[in-house]
Amino acid sequence: MSRYEAVIGLEVHVELKTETKIFCGCSTEFGQAPNTQVCPVCLGLPGSTGVLNKKVAELAARAGLALNCKIGAYTWFDRKNYYYPDLPKGFQISQVFRPIAYQGYLDIEVDGREKRINITRAHIEEDPGKLIHASGSIMTSRSSFVDYNRSGMPLIEIVSEPELRSGAEAKAYLEKLKAILEYTGVSDVKMEQGSLRCDANVSVRPVGTAALGTKTEIKNMNSFRAVQRAIECEVDRQIDVLEEGDSVVQETRAWDENKGITMSMRNKENPDYRCFIEQEVSPIELSDEWIKDLRATIPELPDARRKRLVAEHGLPDYDAGVITSSLALAEFFDATLEKFPEAKKISNWIMGELLRLLNARGMELSQSKITPAGLASLLELIEKGSISNKIGKEVFETMFEEGQEPAQIVKEKGLSQISDEGQLTRIIAEVIAKNPKSVEDFQAGKEKAIGFLVGQVMKATRGQANPGVVNTMLREKLAE
Amino acid sequence: MKLLTLSVHQLGELMERKEFSSEELTRVHLERISQVEDEIKAFVTVTEEAALAQARAVDQKRARGEELSLLAGIPMAITDNICTDGVKTTCASRILYNFVPPYDAEAAARLKGAGAVLMGKCSMDEFSIGPAEEKSGFFSARTPFAPEAAPGGSSGGAAAVAAGEAAFTLGSDTAGSLRQPAAFCGVIGLKPTYGRVSRYGLISYASSLDQIGPFARDMADLALILNTICGHDAKDSTSAAVAGPDFKKSLINDVKGLKIGLPKEYLANTEPRAAVKIWEAAAQLEELGAVCEEVSMPHTEYALPAHYIISSAEASSNLARYDGVRYGLRVDADDVLNMFSKTRGQGFGDQVKTRIMLGTHVLSAANYDDYYVKALQVRTLIKQEFARTFEKFDCLLTPASSTIAGQSRKETDGPLAAYWSKACNIPVNLAGVPAMSLPFGLVEGLPVGLQFIAPHFGEEILLRVGYTLQQNTEQTRLKPGLAC
Repeated sequence: MSRYEAVIGLEVHVELKTETKIFCGCSTEFGQAPNTQVCPVCLGLPGSTGVLNKKVAELAARAGLALNCKIGAYTWFDRKNYYYPDLPKGFQISQVFRPIAYQGYLDIEVDGREKRINITRAHIEEDPGKLIHASGSIMTSRSSFVDYNRSGMPLIEIVSEPELRSGAEAKAYLEKLKAILEYTGVSDVKMEQGSLRCDANVSVRPVGTAALGTKTEIKNMNSFRAVQRAIECEVDRQIDVLEEGDSVVQETRAWDENKGITMSMRNKENPDYRCFIEQEVSPIELSDEWIKDLRATIPELPDARRKRLVAEHGLPDYDAGVITSSLALAEFFDATLEKFPEAKKISNWIMGELLRLLNARGMELSQSKITPAGLASLLELIEKGSISNKIGKEVFETMFEEGQEPAQIVKEKGLSQISDEGQLTRIIAEVIAKNPKSVEDFQAGKEKAIGFLVGQVMKATRGQANPGVVNTMLREKLAE
Repeated sequence: MKLLTLSVHQLGELMERKEFSSEELTRVHLERISQVEDEIKAFVTVTEEAALAQARAVDQKRARGEELSLLAGIPMAITDNICTDGVKTTCASRILYNFVPPYDAEAAARLKGAGAVLMGKCSMDEFSIGPAEEKSGFFSARTPFAPEAAPGGSSGGAAAVAAGEAAFTLGSDTAGSLRQPAAFCGVIGLKPTYGRVSRYGLISYASSLDQIGPFARDMADLALILNTICGHDAKDSTSAAVAGPDFKKSLINDVKGLKIGLPKEYLANTEPRAAVKIWEAAAQLEELGAVCEEVSMPHTEYALPAHYIISSAEASSNLARYDGVRYGLRVDADDVLNMFSKTRGQGFGDQVKTRIMLGTHVLSAANYDDYYVKALQVRTLIKQEFARTFEKFDCLLTPASSTIAGQSRKETDGPLAAYWSKACNIPVNLAGVPAMSLPFGLVEGLPVGLQFIAPHFGEEILLRVGYTLQQNTEQTRLKPGLAC
């Protein structure tokens, strides 16, 4: 048992799912040519003034409500002043003094133990542009480029209390946060597109002490798995530093995914951002009535949905957890269940084949061609005995890639299960004739031998025989 | 050359009667500019070609019989901190020496839409930051009344109107820059209520104080211009969702029963020769049926330091964007941090640098509560004091400047001393109320201005009082010393 415990807080930046930017009408579409989604406002040109996109306040409050936060009836924007080439106005418009949402929480589960993680605040801010360096960093490059398409994208920053104690807890927190934001339609939460970004504040302290150790801020993690690894690695590093009698330096460190280590980026001595109230953007006033109406539109959240899947459909809690971890999966499950009423069978296929293929291809559910109706038809074919489970998997993969109807795939590829007793009788007779030893063993009472014989029949039919029918027919023949 | 002294509505009516074309009128003004600019220096940029093209376009419309605004074809100029599409807008600063905005400020767009012809961009103190003298990054403007005297900070726009270089101009007012120059140049300047005119395209100095307004020759012109530039703009969060009234309806020759307050504290700090004129005006207003009474506004003395802190704080942030990355001056250096420093070091003048440093100081974590927060508290008190005073008075009468044009301060007076000349203007910006500077005679050959202050969105009272005075006293109609 370690003598140290880790103290971890996460700062998560989430891009809000709006059509247009926070203070102007420019599009927020991802992946367009650099500097094509810009205007005087998001370029911070002299004289430009912006007006808050109302959808931003709505989505931010929505996230706050889903995270059990209190919502500020009167909040405003502040300026955070600092110089950087990607920051066109020389300040970032953010909510420093009064966040729109505060004092919330979310519940996580790690190794079967539930834990509540408090959320300090969620505030609205604008994203700066994006720097692209000719080599490595801004200090070593002869030239750097700035893409201001991202400038003025609406963000919320969600800050947790330092209540996480391990990389695994941090990962569980992020997974839950992602699911909630996806369920509520607040964000696309795509880490690979930068619509969800996470920095971790990490410190360690001797078990049993209350005082916080010196923290470092870890950046540059591109997946939840990376967050977990980076934290675990940083915790080990800090413990080593303390064990050697040194002290941890307060700094920002970057995670190097390939080397699997964190590296010092810059010393951070709490820069003075000279924050003050933004005068050029109106404050956000939310009436109780508006908040009440908004609360009524919050859909069923992952935890509630998980419990419902267990209670209403008898799914194992584990299955329900996996399926509800993503809104897309949960909706896929529900839609399939409407057409094929066996929850556990659906869950097996989702957790087995569907997730396996998605992970292997690195795809989103929406990118695959499989549909709930398709999966339901496939399960019916298996249920009716038209195809075996094994053939079903082959058909599933074709559906996943090409999106045809399962019946059509079965027909085109001649995969239909042989249940024709006449055809099977002939094959069974051949198998019995070729395997006298196994026949003898079975008749001597070795029950296992029947399995071998069924296997031989399946092999002879290239998997298209109905194993149940083969089994029955073999037993009948051998009993003769 | 009589055309150069006529008002906008007179010129407009003459053009409607086809007495002359806009092109002819524009050429007369361009000639005038080339004739007096060496002395007046009211312009940073003269847009000769574009002005003539605009004028010809208006003439064609008129020839086709299209219905036109009275502003159509009228030569105007706009101060160089208000963006004009395709026309250099420099804030009279080296750091923006080559900046050409790709868009028009809303107020500029509305005037252009009405057909007013842009003659060019007027000089100003660098970024409007400066005391009573012109501290342009380029050169200094002069009042046409006394070519050795500054026109008052910080608009060449007032000098341009007085010298006959444009029939009216648009400027901005953060600390009296529409009112003091108007007083020193013998024209009318009106700072509307904060939020009355869109700030979209006005290059920010102090966002919570800046407001666009006109310089004009008479009250009817003022009404005409206000009718065009006032009203809500969805692009500007600070623009009030209040429809502009028809200000022409406020051109009423009657102040009977109007209660006018004379704040003691404003008069106490004023150069006595200017203060005398205030009493003279009050007497005249009483004769016309108004009731004038002294009133005390004891928080006035704190307005100047509060304004200095707030405007410096906001300026330090608003001017952060001039870093050499995207537009304007860039001084190359080995790395990006040095590029920032050198660009800003060479691009800004001393006044601006002083204010950036001050603003940075008062916003820093260690000083924030002692300076910035205190200043905001004082601002609230001043707003409340105005609100209380306006419970008893329809408007206030004060000097438009605590000094007379041409009184230059001594270097040893320190940086704040010059600001005292604007002590009568500054509380108005803190409170966000409208105020107007109206010429009222000469003192030793130099013009003196009255300042009328009204409650929020009370511009109509200012127009009524101004119109009544203009109808009843020659003192409000001055002729500059330069031969027209």
